This record gives sequence, C-alpha cells and structure tokens, in this order.
Amino acid sequence: MAAVKEVERARTIKASLKKQERQLFFRRFFANKLMVMGCFIFIVLGLIALIGPLLVSYDPYEMKVAERLNAPSGEHWLGTDEFGRDLLTRIVYGAQVSMGIGLIVTLISSILGLIIGLYAIYYAALDHILMRICDGLMAIPGILLAIALMAALGPSPLNVIIALSIVFTPNIARIVRSSALVIREQTFIEAMHAQGASATRIIWQHIAPNTISPLIVQATFVFAEAIISEAALSFLGAGIAAPDPSWGNILQAGKLVIFKAWWMVVFPGLAIVLSVLGLNLLGDGLRDFIDPHSSGKKSK
Amino acid sequence: MEKRPLLEVKNLKTHFHTERGQITAVDGITFHLNEGEIVGVVGESGCGKSVMSQSIMRLYDEKYTAKYEGEILFQGENLLNLSKAMMQKIRGNDLSMIFQDPLSSLNPVYTIGDQIRESLMIHQNLNKREAQQKAIEMLRLTGIPAPEKRINEYPHQLSGGMQQRVMIAIALSCQPKLLIADEPTTALDVTIQAQILDLIAELNAQLGMGVIFITHDLGVVAEICTRVMVMYLGQIVEETDTDCLFSEPLHPYTRGLIKSIPQLEGERLQKLYTIDGTVPSLQKVPHGCRFASRCPYADELCKEQAPELEAYSPTQKVRCWHYKEILKKEAVHESSNE
Amino acid sequence: MNHQTNRTLDPILEVQNLKKYFPVTGPFGRLGGIKGQVKAVNDVTLKLYEGETYGLVGESGSGKSTTGRTILRLTEPTNGKVFFQDKDIFQASKKEVRLLRKDIQMVFQDPYSSLNPRKRIGKILEEPLMIHTNVNKNERRERVFDILEKVGLGMEHYYRFPHEFSGGQRQRIGLARALVVNPKIVICDEPVSALDVSIQSQVINLLQKLQDDLHLTYLFITHDISVVRHISDRIGVMYLGNIVEEGRNEDIFARPLHPYTQALFSAVPRTNRAGKRERIVLKGEIPSPLNPPSGCMFHTRCPFALEKCRIEVPQRKEMKQDHYVACHLYE
Repeated sequence: MAAVKEVERARTIKASLKKQERQLFFRRFFANKLMVMGCFIFIVLGLIALIGPLLVSYDPYEMKVAERLNAPSGEHWLGTDEFGRDLLTRIVYGAQVSMGIGLIVTLISSILGLIIGLYAIYYAALDHILMRICDGLMAIPGILLAIALMAALGPSPLNVIIALSIVFTPNIARIVRSSALVIREQTFIEAMHAQGASATRIIWQHIAPNTISPLIVQATFVFAEAIISEAALSFLGAGIAAPDPSWGNILQAGKLVIFKAWWMVVFPGLAIVLSVLGLNLLGDGLRDFIDPHSSGKKSK
Repeated sequence: MEKRPLLEVKNLKTHFHTERGQITAVDGITFHLNEGEIVGVVGESGCGKSVMSQSIMRLYDEKYTAKYEGEILFQGENLLNLSKAMMQKIRGNDLSMIFQDPLSSLNPVYTIGDQIRESLMIHQNLNKREAQQKAIEMLRLTGIPAPEKRINEYPHQLSGGMQQRVMIAIALSCQPKLLIADEPTTALDVTIQAQILDLIAELNAQLGMGVIFITHDLGVVAEICTRVMVMYLGQIVEETDTDCLFSEPLHPYTRGLIKSIPQLEGERLQKLYTIDGTVPSLQKVPHGCRFASRCPYADELCKEQAPELEAYSPTQKVRCWHYKEILKKEAVHESSNE
Repeated sequence: MNHQTNRTLDPILEVQNLKKYFPVTGPFGRLGGIKGQVKAVNDVTLKLYEGETYGLVGESGSGKSTTGRTILRLTEPTNGKVFFQDKDIFQASKKEVRLLRKDIQMVFQDPYSSLNPRKRIGKILEEPLMIHTNVNKNERRERVFDILEKVGLGMEHYYRFPHEFSGGQRQRIGLARALVVNPKIVICDEPVSALDVSIQSQVINLLQKLQDDLHLTYLFITHDISVVRHISDRIGVMYLGNIVEEGRNEDIFARPLHPYTQALFSAVPRTNRAGKRERIVLKGEIPSPLNPPSGCMFHTRCPFALEKCRIEVPQRKEMKQDHYVACHLYE
C-alpha cells in the first residue's frame, strides 16, 4: 500500500533529522567546557566506586599495627591509617558507600519529590497540606534535621538514607511544583482537558515530561549535597559507623592525627571536594544547556 | 534647493550571530523620511520590520549579537558612527520609540509619573517640579483624564489603552524629531486602536515630528500613513504612497496581501485569496527573488536572479522582474470581470 | 457556506442564560472571604444550528472566550443551562462530560503553547483516539494520516516535533487534533488571530472546506470583525458579558442596530480608501467587569444614552426575523 511506503519515507526523514539533532546536541554539549569537565570528574569517580574495589589489593578492614600511619609510599600510595589499613583501599571502598548513598538518596527524593510536586498542583487541598509540611521541613537547616533524625533512628547506612531522603525530598518537590505550575497554565494542558483526558493521563503524560529537565538539574545538586551531608554525619559520628569506611569517618579519624599524618585528612577531603565540584559543574552546565532562555536564542 | 530629509537610511544591513551561523535579518534597506511625515512599514512576522526599527535606534548589542552595515543619516549625521554615550543622549530625546506591549515596557515598581519625569530629567535637565508640570501636561496631551491624579498611579492600575497613552507620553515628552512606533496598536482592541491612531495622527500634525509606523495591518496603514514600504524577508519589495498601494499595487506579494484580507464591504467572497506556502527561513534565503517560491508569476529568471528595487513612477518603487506584465494582465482581468 | 438555518429544525446546541462569575479573593485565598465577583459572562443565550457558523465577536474582556470555555465546562458555570442532544451539559457528571468532549471539540488561539513541545505530531494526534476510542495502533495511525492529509499536511510530518512547524502549520495540527475524533461541534477560540495575514487566509479557507466536508458546526470566537463577516452565518456581538445584538450576517452588517455594534464596525481600519466614512470613535474604556455599570452596560460610552439606560437593563427584542437587539433606543 502507498501508505506503507509513506511511512518508510517518514522514517528515513526522521532518521536524518535525528542525526542533525544529535550533531547539534553534541556541538552544544562540548561547547560548555566546564560541564564536560564536571561530567568527566563525575564519571571517573563513579567508575572508581564501581570497579575500584576489584583493582585494589588490600583488605579495607584488615588491621596491621606495625604499619600504622605510614606516609604515602610505593607500597601504600596514599599511606595508611591509624590501624595500619591502606588508605587508598579505604577511600575506594568509601567511594562506594558515599556515592552509593548519594545516588540512592537522590533517586528516592527525586521520585518522591516528583510525585508530591505533581499531585500538589493538581489538587488544591493536597497542595496546602503537602506544601506546609515541606515548608516545615525546609525551615530547619538540612544538616540539623539530618542529625536529629539520625539521633532518633540510630546510626546505620539505611537510616542515613532515610534521614537524607526526608531532608531532600521537599527540595525537589518545590522545584517540580514550580515548573509544573507554569506547565499547567499552558494551553496544551487545557486542550487535553477539552479532549476529555483523565487527570492521571494529564499529570503523567503531559505535565511530568515537561518538569523532568529542571528536576534533573536539581537532582545533581541534591546528589552533591547528599554526599556532603553523609560525610558530615559520619564525621560527627552520626552516620556510617567505623569500621565501615566512608569519606566522612576517615576524615574524622584523620582529625585526631592531623599533625602526624596529613594524608589522613587531605585525601578523603579531596575526594569529597572533587565529587561535589564535579556534580556542581555538571548541574550548572546542565541548567544552561537545558534552559532555552540562556542559549540557542535567536532574534526575530 | 531640496530640503534635506530628517532621516536617510542607506543600504542598511543587520547581521546576527547565531548558533547555526550568521543570518542577515535586514538586507540592504534604503529609504528616507521627511519631517512631519508618517511612513508605514508593513510586512508579516519575520520580514525584518522590527529589526530594522531597532537597528535605527541601535538597540542590539553590537559586541556579541549584531553587526550593522550601511548608513543611518539622522539630520545629516550617521548614527552608526556615534559613540555609545552620544547614542544614549539621542535615544529618548531626538529619537523615540513606542512598543507593541505597553505593560512590559513600563516598569511595574514605579508610578507613571516617575517614569515620565525620568526621561525629562535626564534629557532636558529639568528639576523635579518642572518635570512634574511637564509630565502632567504630556498626559493631558495624550488624552488621559484627570492627569494630576493618574500620575501617581502604577502601570498595572491602568487599562491597556491608557498604558499605551502613557508610553506615547513618555516617548513624546522630550519632543522627539523622530518617533518609531512598533506595532503600537496591535495589542489593543479596535475601539481603543481607533483612539490611539487618532492621537498619533493629531500629535504628528501638532508637533511636526516624523513617524515610522510599523504594522502588519494594512487597514491601519490606510488609516494613518502617507507613504508605505512593504517588506519581505529583510528587503523592501515595494515603496509607494498609500493611495497607490491600494489602487495600484505593483508587487505580487503586496497584491496577495491586499487580496487575502477579508473585506468589510461589498460582496462576501466564497473563498479568500491565499498566498501559498510560508516565509522561508533566514538561514535559507532563496538565491533569486526572495518571493519566487510563493509567487504565482515566478519563472526561471525569478528563481535565478534577484531583482533590484526600481522606480515605476516618481512615487512608486518595486522589486520585481515582471510587474509591468502583471499590471497589464490584471487590468484586463479586472475589466473583463465587471 | 450557504446554510439556510431551518427554523423547524431543533438547535444542535442551546445555551440558556449562561452566567459565569469569577470570585475575587484577598491575599489569603478563600480563607479571607470573597471580596467581589468578576462578572465575565452575564446572561448569555444562544442557539447553534447544525452546519452553521455562529460568530461570537467582541473586544477583550467581553466574555466571549469564557463563554466558549464554559460551554465545554473547562471552567464551571455559575448558572444557566446548555443543551446538547437533549442533555444539559451543566448537569452531567464528570465522566459524562469527558465523553461529551468527543462531540464538542475546541481549537485554541495560541499555536505555540497549545501543542505539547515534547510530543511528536503523531502522538499528539493519536491521543484523542486513545482517549475516546479503542481502535488498535495501526488503525489509529491510518486515521491520523487521513486527518493530516485533510488539513493539508503530509504523512512525513508524523514524526516531527511541534517546534519544527510554523504558526500556520501548528494551527492546522491543532485543528487536526480537534477533528480526528469526528466531533459535531467545534468551538474555535480566535483560531486565526495569532497568524499573519497570508497564513490567516489559508487557515480560514481550510476551516470552511472542512466544515463542508465533515458537516461541522462552528462556534467561532474572534475579535476580528472582517474575519467574522467572512466566515459566519449568524453573528452575536458581545459587550461586557452580554450579547447586545444578534442576527444573520447580512442583516447585521447591512444595518447594525446597537450603538456599540455601530461603533465597533466603524472603528475597524479599512483598506478601501475611496469612500471615507464617518467613524464613530467611542470615548473612554471598557468598564471593569468587577464593577459593571448599572442598567445598560454600554451607557457609560454610548453617544445616545438616555436617562433610562442608567437604571433599567434593556431586554432582548426581535426587530426583524432573527435579528435581536438589547437597547432602549428600539422601544
């Protein structure tokens, strides 16, 4: 049938269009040097967390009293800690914990935030209740709230995740709500109502996809903040408990020996700084990349 | 000796740098404007009429976004050679502009009095009391009732028509020699539009300034302008006085525009005349005549070579290869119709 | 075009005494109590006959768009009745209303914001079919191809995104979305106002062609008087939430009765410069619908206002067959 041929033709046109789009996409992506750098740092750290444990040759838990507080050397690249454990190994395993917790917290708060933000704009009564709860949570400084929650829940990785998710969900919900509010007023949403579409369809098929880009940007910042908060909690002894390694509690151990063993503070600190810097660069870049107002604008 | 025109634009080009390369939004525009004259610029969106007017004011950022070429002689002085500071002095003083959307052109946190006084105090060195006097006078001139009271109100407290009057008051407060009105009535209702058109015509007669009136509405042109330029894709395709525009349109694009408007008088047509297709993108400007792809009379010549703007009569210029033949053919056509 | 409205026929849609007031609240929302009401639509009665185009014309703030949206229950009415197929739309349940929207569709003014920027054209056009029918994917696509062709677009547009189209093409897509489920009535809310003249005439011709081909009834809402004259069979002129005059196109343009209609028509700039006509320039602005004038809504701007106009609301009178006016001058 002729129609089939037409469809084929449409497909080839679509493919060539996609190619053009992709080329423009990459050109724009690589034009933003800082974002590329952030992305690179993030990917490297992610790879370290994922496959690093396979590459290091020491056990993160095995103590060797004879080798305690050795300076960086050919054997122990980053030195050893106060129990004679290889610092590089502990930082690599710590990356798994810190980045893993960061990622899970980001995912949970993004999903919860998306649901809360979307339904809040659709049902006015729900909006009042949910947003007042969010206001309440956001009124308390994030880290204080996290400490309070950890004090109530007790230190464990799972509880860190729960506490930080509670801290960051309102953040995301606010962002989703504000961009969804703008989308809701667009004519195409009214057009869908005029079509007789159900609320679920409108929320998930039409409003949600349009809030994803600001959500992703915010999520990268939440990721960075979650890493810092986890480190802070562990540093204060309210997060990941020793002997499990995390950047925060390595740092805490290092604090006691800061004048004898600088590497105990510098390297985990560097890991935190790098990961947060990478994520923030990525987030800033993404914001410019996604926001049509700041780039790609053509005068009429 | 012939009097020097107020504004003379010679071969003005405006280029923009975009992600996808350079585009030329205004491509070689030449025209002049005499004192006290209202010249209309018509064209559809994307034809470059707003870019042209903003180029005359040099409103685009010349460092990153735009590049100008050609000459803009205002009272004999080339505006493109002036320094930024000089340009700022002229803008709002001798050269003034009103925009389409009055609400977004007024600052919402200041009263309208503040905003009229501001330009008076900058450009005319008036003190606050004098400026206040003058502001009230300007508001009265633009037909705002109870100006003493209105002057202390904020923009959102006024209706769209009133806001446009305030914009006009601001634009005219320093007695400019040239006023550029960029679609000043497009956002307004017809009954309000009629008021504003009357106001602009009246103030033009009273103050003797030159007006460039940009619009897409041929009816508005008929109402207010003495001379008209029709623009298409960055170029002037026809320049004529208003009477000839409707009685003897030369360019096929102009003819099409006039014919495609539904009429308020006479017999109702079964079907409206249409110009096929759409305006090409500025990234893909056609090689030959820019209108060729949509023109019912286009032939090989049109597709290959771009016509120049040539004079047909002392008051009419047109950019078309075939306008004479079309004129003859259509004349026969019309007489046989009757 | 030439649809003789047959009097013996029942109207396909009948609007009776439609009122829509928007509450005005203070800074605390409804908690602070309702401060006043914006009377956007104030007692509108009209009938749509099958196959005709009813032009609803008025300036901004006249309530013409609100009328259209309320008929579809995109906003809830304050009062009144709308009968469609012997059923009062305002009494119908939410679910029934959703089903009704298959038969009454809408085309919007803004071609840019009325299409979801993240969906391909094919998806946008298939969606109404997914909501209202349960045909399979292949048939949906067939029908989308069909409608694309009808509105003058091609199958090659199926996979494109809205931003790849010009304003006129987007408006065609908006029209296709409304027509893909075979509605009976289409409410066109300023469908050509955002378009350039040369594109506007293309879309108007298309609207008329589709009306003939698909036997549609249009409620055509616009502020453009020359467009409404071109396209409508009957016309209602609205001012501040009221229909002040209603009649057949020819009658109303040959002899506009209401002073507002006369002023409105005369204010339109014309290209025909031969016969310079008397122009009635109205004084002042449209009053705020928050605090509308007493009596006849138009008396504050009317050049012929009588003492009576300030006190008494004029009733709708039939001056000639099918030509109604609400004005004290005709008593």
